[in-house]
Amino acid sequence: MSIEILMPALSPTMEEGTLAKWLVQVGDTVKSGDIIAEIETDKATMEVETIDEGVVEALLVAAGSQGVKVNTPIARISSEDEVAAPAPAPVAAAPAPTPVAAPAPMAAAAPVILTDPEIPPGTAMVKVTLRDALRDAMAEEMRRDPDVFLMGEEVGQYQGAYKVSRGLLEEFGDRRVIDTPITEHGFAGMGVGAAMAGLKPIVEFMTMNFAMQAIDHIINSAAKVHYMSGGQISAPIVFRGPNGAASRVGAQHSHDYSSWYGNVPGLKVIAPYDAADAKGLLKAAIRDPNPVVFLEHELLYGIEFDVPEGDDWVVPIGKAKVRREGTDLTITAHSRMVGFALQAAEELAALGISAEVIDLRTLRPLDTETIIASVKKTNRLVTAEEGWGPMGVGAEVIACVIDGAFDWLDAPPVRVHQKDTPLPYAANLEKLSLPNAADIVAAARAVTNR
Amino acid sequence: MAAKKSSGSAAVSPSNLVNRDEALAYYRDMLLIRRFEERAGQLYGMGLIAGFCHLYIGQEAVVVGMQAAQKAGDQVITGYRDHGHMLACGMSPREIMAELTGRIGGSSRGKGGSMHMFSKEANFYGGHGIVGAQVALGTGLALANRYRGNESVSVAYFGDGAANQGQVYESFNMASLWRLPVVYVIENNQYAMGTSVARASAETELFKRGISFEIVGEEVDGMDVLAVRKAAERALEHARSGKGPFLLEMKTYRYRGHSMSDPAKYRPKDEPKQVRDTRDPIEHMRHYGLENGLFTEEDLKTIDRDVKEIVADAADFAQTSPEPDPSELMRHIYVEA
Repeated sequence: MSIEILMPALSPTMEEGTLAKWLVQVGDTVKSGDIIAEIETDKATMEVETIDEGVVEALLVAAGSQGVKVNTPIARISSEDEVAAPAPAPVAAAPAPTPVAAPAPMAAAAPVILTDPEIPPGTAMVKVTLRDALRDAMAEEMRRDPDVFLMGEEVGQYQGAYKVSRGLLEEFGDRRVIDTPITEHGFAGMGVGAAMAGLKPIVEFMTMNFAMQAIDHIINSAAKVHYMSGGQISAPIVFRGPNGAASRVGAQHSHDYSSWYGNVPGLKVIAPYDAADAKGLLKAAIRDPNPVVFLEHELLYGIEFDVPEGDDWVVPIGKAKVRREGTDLTITAHSRMVGFALQAAEELAALGISAEVIDLRTLRPLDTETIIASVKKTNRLVTAEEGWGPMGVGAEVIACVIDGAFDWLDAPPVRVHQKDTPLPYAANLEKLSLPNAADIVAAARAVTNR
Repeated sequence: MAAKKSSGSAAVSPSNLVNRDEALAYYRDMLLIRRFEERAGQLYGMGLIAGFCHLYIGQEAVVVGMQAAQKAGDQVITGYRDHGHMLACGMSPREIMAELTGRIGGSSRGKGGSMHMFSKEANFYGGHGIVGAQVALGTGLALANRYRGNESVSVAYFGDGAANQGQVYESFNMASLWRLPVVYVIENNQYAMGTSVARASAETELFKRGISFEIVGEEVDGMDVLAVRKAAERALEHARSGKGPFLLEMKTYRYRGHSMSDPAKYRPKDEPKQVRDTRDPIEHMRHYGLENGLFTEEDLKTIDRDVKEIVADAADFAQTSPEPDPSELMRHIYVEA
């Protein structure tokens, strides 16, 4: 009787990987715990152990194969004990979850192509994952300004918990790429102190969830010091890290803090969607003389986008971007929700509804001008955010529209956001709680009565 | 550096190293803080100073002794009881008092108040109202010194109350791990607001709080400016020479309540008087100087008169400087381009 070894998921967000190397051959005897293969994801190379015993009967995927989907059978092992007497269900030990659990909330990490009026025609573009775009932004700014340095947990030797800082330690050394202990409150405060002394730290939080331990320094120390000192002292610092839901990581690792930081004068708050914005805005954030909270999204890290080539691509803070023009309604979104909004706009187009999609990009200062101009044209508004609704980004966007375009509104605006629950772990419940493209389509149909 | 038991009180006696100029300067600086704070208390009573106002009376020897050992470029950061530190750093009494009255002439243009003042020129980094925050921030100043490879040391003051905050130990750990040039000064005035050290701290000898981080600690008579200076010289030299952080616990006392609104009913009624009569830092310096022939009563009278004038001038300025223009409200939220 044979047992199938399946391509394992090695991280919460992994959907596929490269089978880099086989460490066993057909005919080898393996026992539980033996390393049989090496698998590369976009983040790391990992070893695959078998939990079964027997003789390798077949290798089903050749070494070097790319894009091997999670749960694909990669090898077959014959169980010696079972040779003589096939049992009815020896595969009970197989590690794979049922395929139902496999689909991640985001479509597969296919290259995304976006036209961008800001990018001058003829600019050479390169395909870069959002993760590497962030790294490139930091590396370029560190080359440009010796006062810029990176600190945080696992940013150096480990190459970043999410591999965003890959290669930086090698280039800049441990003076400028500082591995900290697990001590968010302390190192955030130290970062602010160093910024007050005139340096330009980038403080990476492994996730923004952990920044709650440090939020006192982000708000009370960094955001307020310039005002409290009558303009004498400032804190040119960037706090960055993944924000919001990842994939099945539960309530304490999935919180979207957009509205929390967006509430605070003295902070600038950025939440980009694509890699070009992530790079250009992170460079702008590092150059900005104010404290900037830079909210990334783990589920976007591995996605490739077009990014203008070279090291002079800087996107101004405080400018929203019209991602898609339309006439029937305006959809505002930021970070990963932009992808859903674009997907929704596509589906709406098929229904004959023309949606304009605005990527807010910067939440503070919010580009109210672009939003209001759009609503004056479309007369209808849907806001989309991944976080909770009450006191949220959507509420703020709607308040701005009430202020600036009340007489142009033909219908009450509708908010799309996470359900009012801590994020559950169970796949079906998580899906129910998080907003998606279908929710945006439904909201758009409601505001347009179609 | 091996883990060491802290040395405890080194029984420092005033050395004969202090000369006339230094003795006069310390006396003057402590007296300026005392008179300044008395006047601030008075203005508070008159309704000219509002909000929270935490006076430094009784603790003057700590900052004056520390400052005497510092070098140009060393940074200072502290909590909300900060008036004495700013005066010791050389900030002008006028701008401090005017900040207390919320006027445009204040060091933060009237927008900071008692707890939030800063001076880049004087290397004074605040003035922080969140108990313990200054310890992480001050350690960050030390990180900046290390990063730049300069010779400066950051001096981070905090109280016996802040000594129980978690971020203090997060900072201790990193400062020691990376051998950062920082001197931590615990101003143990015996009461965290109304809670005595014994009621708040399992280990009441706070100079031992660095032991598990391999930070050398020392207990110092914080009512004796010369003892403070001597300890400060050792601590600063230690930090400056690349050996990492040093912890000084200053045994001191605040004569007044925690803030102006505190009647201080939580301590024995005669305790402040007893300390004042037996350990007052200014009286101590005065006797020491007179007994050792460092200065005369005449010298001190001149200083008393000068200090009185400076404080009167500051109080006058603080009342005549106008309130900030309404346009100040929206300024300095972000760095102006």
